[in-house]
Amino acid sequence: MSADAPTGAGSLAGRDGRAGARVVRRPVRRRAASPWRVTLYLALGVGALVMMVPFLYTVSTALKPNAFVFTPEFLPKNATLQNFADAWNSNNFQRYFLNSLKVAVLSSLLTVAIATTQAYAFARLSFPGKNLVFNLYLITMMIPGMLFIIPQFLEARALGLLNTHLGLIVFYVVGSIPFQTFLLRGFFENIPRAIEEAAYVDGAGRFTTFLRVVLPLAGPAVGTSMIFSFLGNWDEFTWALTIINDVALRTLPIALRLFQGQHASQWGLVFAASLIALVPVIIVFVTFQRAFVRGVAAGGVKG
Amino acid sequence: MARSSLAPTAGLAPRRPWWRVSAWKRGEYLAAAVFIAPGLIWFLGFMLYPLVYSFWMSLHDWKIRGPSEFVGLANYVRVFGDSVNLIALRNTVVYGVLSVPTQMFLGLMIALGLERLSRGKVLLRLIYYLPVISSWVVVSLMFMFLFNSEGLFNHVFGDVLGLVDPNTAWLNRASTAIPVIALLGVWKGLGWSMLIYLAALQGIPAELTEAARVDGANRAQVTRYVTVPLLKPTTLFIAVMLTIGAFQSFIQFYIITGGGPVHQTEVFLSYMYDQAFNFLDFGYASAIAWLLAALILAISLVQFRLIKSTYEY
Repeated sequence: MSADAPTGAGSLAGRDGRAGARVVRRPVRRRAASPWRVTLYLALGVGALVMMVPFLYTVSTALKPNAFVFTPEFLPKNATLQNFADAWNSNNFQRYFLNSLKVAVLSSLLTVAIATTQAYAFARLSFPGKNLVFNLYLITMMIPGMLFIIPQFLEARALGLLNTHLGLIVFYVVGSIPFQTFLLRGFFENIPRAIEEAAYVDGAGRFTTFLRVVLPLAGPAVGTSMIFSFLGNWDEFTWALTIINDVALRTLPIALRLFQGQHASQWGLVFAASLIALVPVIIVFVTFQRAFVRGVAAGGVKG
Repeated sequence: MARSSLAPTAGLAPRRPWWRVSAWKRGEYLAAAVFIAPGLIWFLGFMLYPLVYSFWMSLHDWKIRGPSEFVGLANYVRVFGDSVNLIALRNTVVYGVLSVPTQMFLGLMIALGLERLSRGKVLLRLIYYLPVISSWVVVSLMFMFLFNSEGLFNHVFGDVLGLVDPNTAWLNRASTAIPVIALLGVWKGLGWSMLIYLAALQGIPAELTEAARVDGANRAQVTRYVTVPLLKPTTLFIAVMLTIGAFQSFIQFYIITGGGPVHQTEVFLSYMYDQAFNFLDFGYASAIAWLLAALILAISLVQFRLIKSTYEY
């Protein structure tokens, strides 16, 4: 915790250049460590530690040889990376990892391509039936997703999409179209119209303007939307559970759950696999933290 | 019509039917059609059609093969007579009452604390938010392990502290399994409330809190009488979203208890899923889903009404 401990005013003053905006907003005198601040840091630090307990214990369990899984210590005596190697090399795990990656990447690319074009039309173009379609999207956003699972299952069966990755992708995309369109429309509306008008005056058509002028400006928004889609599709469980039977086509969440069922006592292996599955999520989140936080704040997205 | 006022050239265009318009307008309609078509077709085919179809199914004794029999509202009537749905309602309410206010309170406290920090803010925010982005499957497995009869919880609170019987099988009966799953819900969800509260706190003008400080209020009083009342719309928004989420709980129950023993830990969606994909009773399962949707809509409307009547600045 020492790195987080409050320090004197001198060292904080050095940060002012970086934190310029905050200084303007709150010109409170920077104090030295008061008992109050120490308590605050202590409370938040202990809270964070408690939040980390399930993760830390999972890591610790994944490092224990199987015979020691139920020994309660946090620092395993016979720590080994064997579980990670075994998980990665066993039970088609690499294949499941690639399946999830493929489905999540393709679905999010398609979602973003479709949601971006639609959102632009809703934000900038006028056409008959616009409000009707947009309201339809808003209404379906409020309907629980599980309501769709039975009819979509029958539809997938009729179209021969059961047991295919295409069946996952088609329905992942439609599941995120309304919300992503709604979110992106908000971003597009904030781009000044004058920029587009300038492009028209220079002789650009609507499609050129969209592709060459608007899309580059909307880069961060499109990126945020891409991250949300990716994370959602990477973790999706219920639909994959419902339509995928073929062992070779499973995605990670399904594989993890069945893995636990088959190896009920091999928790070290299960958690090693779980932690590998969390890696892409953590990488994406840590890398795009800023954009992500802004996106949650704008759309109220529930993870 | 609102339509014409939305157009960039609206001021110039006289009101005309949409098919008799200028070339520029017609170009705009064409562009819009190209932009909208792929998504709209996708949506109509894979979302709106299933939605309508689902309602149609709920009115039938649905057969996987062969003709299905139209039974009117019989499936809906059956929902009210089926005692498992009562258990599901009880479990959902217990889960919601235990988890929603707790997540909100802790999320608010953490946000208020983080807002005051000058260092370590980003790291702490990341730690509190990590469970939110973790997969439900993974965190459900974690809690199964922690609350196993040989798990860490029994070791610490049983063997070491002596507060509980160290052999308790927490997940084997409803009275303990639901609170454990609610604890999982709190742990996984509080980072989300924290983030929304943090965003709202940034929007509160500093002058308001500073004015109160100048008037002699101490820090706790400013928080209690200025900040928290200003956060009221956010609080109600979070309450609505979390309540909706609680009523739609599925994966954590499905994985941790599977609804058992004998339906004692069932929630609406786990029961619906069971009826659909184990008993292939698609008509009945659809009726459960529609009634749940209606229940969620009703609760949201009540809460939104509250938002409107209490929105004040």
